[in-house]
Amino acid sequence: MPLWLTEGELRILRAACERLIPEDDTPGAAAAGVPEYIDGLLGAFMVDPPRIWAGGPTSGRYGGDAGFARFHRLTALDELAWRTRIEGSLGRAEREFNGPVQGLQERYRTGLEELGPGFCSLGPDEQDERLRACQEFTTLLYAHCCEGMYGAPEYGGNRDGAGWDVAHYPGDVQPRGWTDAEVSGP
Amino acid sequence: MTVDAVIVGSGPGGATVADVLTRAGWSVLIVEKGRNHLLDPDDLSKPAADYSNDELKFLYRHFLGPDPLVEPRTFRTGEEEGDHSHVGEVNSIPTTVGGGGTHADGKVPRFREEDFALHSTYGPIDGAEVADWPLSYDDLEPFYAEAERSVGVAGQAGANPFAAWRSGPYPMPPGAPMYGAVLSTAAAERQGLHPYAAPTAANSVPYDGRPACNNCGFCAFFGCPIHAKGDPVAMLQRAMASGRAELLSETFVARVLTDGRRATGVEVIGPDGVRRDIAARHVVIAAGAFETPRLLLLSGFDHPLVGRYLMVHFQTFVIGIMPERMHGHRGRAVTHLHDDAVIVDDAARTAARAAGLPWIRGGLVEHGGPSLPIMEAKLYPWGKRHKQLMGSSPMRDRMWAFTMQGEDLPQATNRVDLDPTVRDVRGFPVARVTYHPHRHELVASAHHAPTLVRVLQDMGATWTMTATSPSPVDERDRRGVEAAVPMSRHVMGTTRMGADPATSVVDPYGRLHGFDNVVVADSSVFVTSAGYGPTLTLVALAARAAGALVGRPSAGEM
Repeated sequence: MPLWLTEGELRILRAACERLIPEDDTPGAAAAGVPEYIDGLLGAFMVDPPRIWAGGPTSGRYGGDAGFARFHRLTALDELAWRTRIEGSLGRAEREFNGPVQGLQERYRTGLEELGPGFCSLGPDEQDERLRACQEFTTLLYAHCCEGMYGAPEYGGNRDGAGWDVAHYPGDVQPRGWTDAEVSGP
Repeated sequence: MTVDAVIVGSGPGGATVADVLTRAGWSVLIVEKGRNHLLDPDDLSKPAADYSNDELKFLYRHFLGPDPLVEPRTFRTGEEEGDHSHVGEVNSIPTTVGGGGTHADGKVPRFREEDFALHSTYGPIDGAEVADWPLSYDDLEPFYAEAERSVGVAGQAGANPFAAWRSGPYPMPPGAPMYGAVLSTAAAERQGLHPYAAPTAANSVPYDGRPACNNCGFCAFFGCPIHAKGDPVAMLQRAMASGRAELLSETFVARVLTDGRRATGVEVIGPDGVRRDIAARHVVIAAGAFETPRLLLLSGFDHPLVGRYLMVHFQTFVIGIMPERMHGHRGRAVTHLHDDAVIVDDAARTAARAAGLPWIRGGLVEHGGPSLPIMEAKLYPWGKRHKQLMGSSPMRDRMWAFTMQGEDLPQATNRVDLDPTVRDVRGFPVARVTYHPHRHELVASAHHAPTLVRVLQDMGATWTMTATSPSPVDERDRRGVEAAVPMSRHVMGTTRMGADPATSVVDPYGRLHGFDNVVVADSSVFVTSAGYGPTLTLVALAARAAGALVGRPSAGEM
């Protein structure tokens, strides 16, 4: 069940993400949970505390407790900024002190609509062509794909560290860190 | 109640002043616009546990602020671009308890003797206001030594042949050299350069009650999860532990209150949106080189030089792709530097003459490697090649890079003032930056970059590239005005220090000319930018300014 997107939108999003970071002998964006990362951002305020900033100081992956799982509480000012970013200014005066702001939710809703309801049934080349035609949305989507693929798994993507495995990257390493020998040697 | 001093801003400058004043028995109130993620909310003399190895939170989600949606800034390269050509993020040096110190990777070099006397050493340059500082390196040396003890600096005296004299050793030995730096320092030496272990404000051994750095690699842009970085948590912890300091976070200072001749306090807006006045015998402004002049202008201080002579560092990036993995994610982000490009040698004089300039100076060169996969991924195209590139990692794990923090000359047209239309969330005009590099910076960059390319090739680089920030004009045409916004977080010079009120905003102790109980204690007071990170110098100056307030004649023990 998606958090904010409709089932139909999530299907299109999954197909689009998979073209941007496709599966080969390792998982692509879809299997790594990138669409769920994006849905989690769009629906960040449907969870309490909102899933904006993971906690610290450790995730538990290299020792320590699972602090990343305890998301930070937001102040009123943080919430204003992030609701404006996600929901848009929606004509509300307190969000429009420098003019209207288009939110991520609207950009995704119209962007996925632009890709078309038939997007999922297109062949890969046609899907790529459609993505290139919707350049502005694809640029936004790709930035979020990179974040969801290689960001901490607590944000909903990078499932089981799948993205970090692709990058041969260890992720967060506190409290273990690296020994001096590991720092200075090849 | 009237406090002895209200301090605006909790970064390295404000924290230092709080530490020195509370030590002398003064009561201080530190007012910080940003949130507190640095100190334990239940006991402000202890560090918090909010920082983490989390690229999303720190680089893409404005965890340390400022969030450009509520606190934008504006930018233009000159008046011909109109009111502004860019609105949003302009230099996101953190707005948070701890300020810029929280996200800095902690390289804290001292300036050299000549940095305080550029005009008398090398002479003027057309189109810039090169001037001597109203104090010498010798005047500041005891405070540099105090600053190094205060934040806890690891380094090796004598390792840098170009370093200024020092009265004693570093408090700690250097930490482990990164693998890439082992290779790049050897190559640099083969090319006749003089690399050395970077003086770093990260503990190499347990120090001042904080642990040794465990090399996690999340230094630049990140708060330290174990508080091995001392700046400025060390000063804030001591100030809070004194029992004489109070910290008000999420509180905006709207105005310095005066009776026309002296400051009487500040007007603040708290997190609840309520305005109130705080009475204080002294007002110390340490809000950084953008927000300090903004506050002075919002308060009606009308000295014509407030906001002028903004300097950043002109950054030159020389990057190379290596045949093997550098693992730049292990270690203190940058462990080595060289200063050769700071030196005005015969080759630099010749290059200057060829460009019609009397002299050029580059800056300190950092040896480092990129370490962040989201940043890397965004550089690659989408599609089938994406994961192949992430796997072989030419733009991260197999990259080594030099960053030169080039000296930026002070120009009166480079400035911070109040934007005529854009407002922050509280309704106040935001800081507008007008900035364009002097030709000196471009010539110095072009002169020194080829040497760095040769070092990378000597290291075995299979491909190299040179880029600058701000970008050249043709790049700006292609990428838009954002390319003209400097990436450097080193900002300086908007309330210039000097003895003469006609040519400076503050006196040699940071006191506002005409208002001797208002003190500026951040890098705004810098006269020139030098080619070195500003933190240690601004901490030393802040300690000196605070010492003058309490009648302490020279630097003290930490």
